[in-house]
Amino acid sequence: MATGAAVLADPTANLGRRKVRNHIFQAVATVAAGAAAVVLAVVVISVLHRGISALSIDFFTKTPAPFGATGGGIADAFVGSAVLVGLATAMAVPVSVLGAIYVSEFARKSVAETVRLALDVINGIPSIVIGIFVFELLVLGHYQSGWAGAIALAVVMVPLISRSTQEVLRLVPVALRESGLALGVSRWRVTLGVVLPASFGGIMTGTTLAVARAAGETAPLLFTCSLATGIVRANPHFPLQSVPIAIFSLSESPDPADHARAWGAAFVLIAFVLVVSILSRLALARSRRKLGLRR
Amino acid sequence: MTERFARRRSLSDRLADRSFRLLTLAAALFFVVLLGAIVWKVLAGARLAFDRFGFGFVTSRAWDPVTNHFGALDFVFGTVYTTALAILLAAPVSIAIALFLTKIAPRWLATVAATLVEMLAAIPSVVLGLWGILVLGPFLADHLDPFLRRTLGFLPFFRGDVPSAGTGLLTAVIVLAIMATPIIASVSRELFLTVPHELEDGAYALGLTRWEVIRGVVIPATRSGLVAAVILGVGRALGEAIAVTQVIGGQTGIHLSLFGAGDTLASRIAAQYQGAASRIHVSSLVYLAAVLLVITVFANLIAQLIVRRFEFQRTGAD
Repeated sequence: MATGAAVLADPTANLGRRKVRNHIFQAVATVAAGAAAVVLAVVVISVLHRGISALSIDFFTKTPAPFGATGGGIADAFVGSAVLVGLATAMAVPVSVLGAIYVSEFARKSVAETVRLALDVINGIPSIVIGIFVFELLVLGHYQSGWAGAIALAVVMVPLISRSTQEVLRLVPVALRESGLALGVSRWRVTLGVVLPASFGGIMTGTTLAVARAAGETAPLLFTCSLATGIVRANPHFPLQSVPIAIFSLSESPDPADHARAWGAAFVLIAFVLVVSILSRLALARSRRKLGLRR
Repeated sequence: MTERFARRRSLSDRLADRSFRLLTLAAALFFVVLLGAIVWKVLAGARLAFDRFGFGFVTSRAWDPVTNHFGALDFVFGTVYTTALAILLAAPVSIAIALFLTKIAPRWLATVAATLVEMLAAIPSVVLGLWGILVLGPFLADHLDPFLRRTLGFLPFFRGDVPSAGTGLLTAVIVLAIMATPIIASVSRELFLTVPHELEDGAYALGLTRWEVIRGVVIPATRSGLVAAVILGVGRALGEAIAVTQVIGGQTGIHLSLFGAGDTLASRIAAQYQGAASRIHVSSLVYLAAVLLVITVFANLIAQLIVRRFEFQRTGAD
């Protein structure tokens, strides 16, 4: 504020210097944004560049080659990841959406705030700690399993889906609810028949973003679902291999052939994550426009 | 007849209303219970190690699975040191990015750039870690490390041998800074959007330059929120396990040299996922997680309570 006051006393004082300062600031801010774009480009390009040569039909259809051997693939990781993320989504979506409905449709303000705070705090808990939590809950004294891994991923997904669902429910115009209620339709029917369909697109977006996030999570799986045996398996009673865990263990290997496989897996993962996030963000922008809200 | 029918319907409707409401309430309560369960289970799992080592665990330097002596000081140091440096790098850059997005860039460019920042947040940490060991690490070892040692070698940060593999604290700091940037930038961006236009327009009308408006109006109006944004970035950097495990070198030790290897709370837990044999070793790992949990829960609570004072919709990369 001090600068402001000094300037006000004589608006033309040091105009040259003030302009220079302004230009410096704008240049710095632009360079900062450019740097972020460059970092993103460097990471994505190096993954694409190194990963694409590792891709082959075998990479998607075969199980890992023994150490030192060439060829082989990580089919077990693709199948395992699909099962883990699928189960996690099936567990996380119903509870997240129902909870979001309570917060935005029924709850008093103080209750809603408390629930939101709890979700934000869960969202801020490091995912390795989530892994430790599920390890303590289910694995210690028993065995690692696909179920444990899926539950850990679900805990990561719940705050993301529920928070984004709350946001889109808030965007549904009150008039829509009121006209339903005015026709004598009961509250639950208005919610399930009017409010939820109106916000369906937004809920889908939040869910796909959470799927993209869960597909790339390694830390929740380390203690719950990382000791797979290298065969293609979809039964969640056994530990399942997953793409992030495969990248993690391949990246720690001393064998350069394993590094190539890690790049290949990273290529598939990053392509999946980026395409899904871009598409769902575009869809979100569209559904917002449809609800007549621009930001 | 119709009247009776209507009454009957309204009764079943009321029952359905009541049970639907209860169902959603149960789901909402589940979130709170889940948070409680996480805190309780992790603290309970650390109990064995807590009974053996007490609070002294946090200030003890031992980590010896052979004699079963465990302490967290090296990892607490590694966590605080790497996080602090990463945030020192990331916070000014992120806030500058947010200012660019909201106050400088034309609308189309702002949309594109904001999407890029969100994509940076979407990169899985294991992929960033892979890039960290195989691309960033070798680059640092070949170019930046020798340069820093030559020019700034008189500082304690840049002393010691340059690691040939490129793993070490500096690599971890850079990777953490990359991970914290999108969070700080997107929260700051949302904050800057909440500043009332009248305030800014008034300042411009007084003849101030853009920088003066930002320093005199925008930043003061959002100051506490910016602190919260940085805290959220700190929380992210504190808890990152996978990428740090991949690049930090995984050694105990307390030293300022950024070329040396180290370990953080989260990376030590992640690195030992297969190696814990004894119950006290497992419990000590959980104790590390408990320390991390307590720090991040408090940091997040404080940050969220501050951010809440600013009325904005959260849409960003969180």
